[in-house]
Amino acid sequence: MSAPYLEIKGLKKTYSLKPILRGIDCVLDQGERMVLLGANGAGKTTLLRILACLTKPGAGTVRIGGLDIVREAQHVRHLIGFVGHQPNLYDELTALENLLFFGRMYSVRQVREQAVKLLQQVGLARRAGERVGTLSRGQIQRLSLARALLHSPRLLLLDEPDAGLDDEGIELLEELLREHAERGGTTLFTTHNFERAVKFSDKICMLGGGRVVYQQATSGLEPVGVRQAYQEALR
Amino acid sequence: MTFPSQVLAILWKDIRCELRSKQTWISMGLFALLVLVIFNFAFDLRVDNKAAIAPGALWVAFVFASLLGLGRTIATEQEKGSMDRLMLCPVDRKAIYLAKLLGNMLFIGVVEIVALPIFAVLFNVPLFTGELLPIVLLGTLGIASIGTLFSAIAAATQAREMLLPILVFPLIIPVVIGAVRATGTLMVPSINEPPWLGLMAAFDVIFLSISMLMFEYVIEE
Repeated sequence: MSAPYLEIKGLKKTYSLKPILRGIDCVLDQGERMVLLGANGAGKTTLLRILACLTKPGAGTVRIGGLDIVREAQHVRHLIGFVGHQPNLYDELTALENLLFFGRMYSVRQVREQAVKLLQQVGLARRAGERVGTLSRGQIQRLSLARALLHSPRLLLLDEPDAGLDDEGIELLEELLREHAERGGTTLFTTHNFERAVKFSDKICMLGGGRVVYQQATSGLEPVGVRQAYQEALR
Repeated sequence: MTFPSQVLAILWKDIRCELRSKQTWISMGLFALLVLVIFNFAFDLRVDNKAAIAPGALWVAFVFASLLGLGRTIATEQEKGSMDRLMLCPVDRKAIYLAKLLGNMLFIGVVEIVALPIFAVLFNVPLFTGELLPIVLLGTLGIASIGTLFSAIAAATQAREMLLPILVFPLIIPVVIGAVRATGTLMVPSINEPPWLGLMAAFDVIFLSISMLMFEYVIEE
């Protein structure tokens, strides 16, 4: 049996003496899509930031693709595509310039072709030459997704990727996640929408009080059942 | 991607953003000009006291204008969450520091290029000699190397506008003294002056090395 692609063991994190994560244990195999559910402040964003090498863990170990995220952070960064709460784009640069810049940062080959292809895929080809500051929230979120996928990451970390997206954008997100999984990519995302949680994932993980309170494969689950489990788990 | 290409890519991005937003250059330039004009009218300049006052006025303008720009370069990254994005990239943290430093030097340099002729006219001093270039370069490097590091520290706090001068001023005193005295000796040559350029260069090397090494730890959470 092969080792899991993402392996979290006893992960703890404290901010100013306040424990946010109190010992997270979780594994995710290559090609799997897992949704993180939890109330505001449950530690979802902190967990994603640790996995993205933006925040150092307080205790415990995390391995991504067999690499330790603290000791081999620079290598791990190549493997990760991250969409956070902030768009993390430059308002003064155009959509294409943003992708070209980040593509260079990740040493993407044929970066222009790749950027143009992704802009077409997320429906922003016609706005490629417009500054990000002039785009709508949904368009910025689409561009953030394109930026996260630019270097063909093995692990996608998405913090509420559905925020600000219209129906068409949600369909696009579903398509992007499916394509990523088909290429063998692994995905970990958060959402507050139970329907999308079930539809877009293979596994559900609920956080409560900084701990994993529920973990289950999604197959056979209905959104209503997930909501009930969520309410019971967080009671 | 090689280290120099990482530096150039970040620098290119910063320059392009600044050329479009014009937030830093305009405020820095106006501030420097304002200081020079006020000093020109505030002091009763005569031939015998010009060398004592003019270099100080020039470097006060440069130092304060620099701090305006230094505070903004990394703060704008933090405000829009882009520092996260830069930190997420597999780039050497020293490349980020060096790019920010070069960007700051460029912004300050443009302000200096605009302010120097105005200073020469207002204070009626013949400053356009080849010897002024190393003084300005070394002085700017000293201010920018410390300022870039401490702007990263200050940007992570709520009171960054207040904190940056408090942190930076004490540390740049040696380089500012060196720059003022070296500029003064250009106007009135003196044989008893210490080698200010050498002292400034030594200061720059020490603080540039320390800042490059520390930047990674400052910028990471």
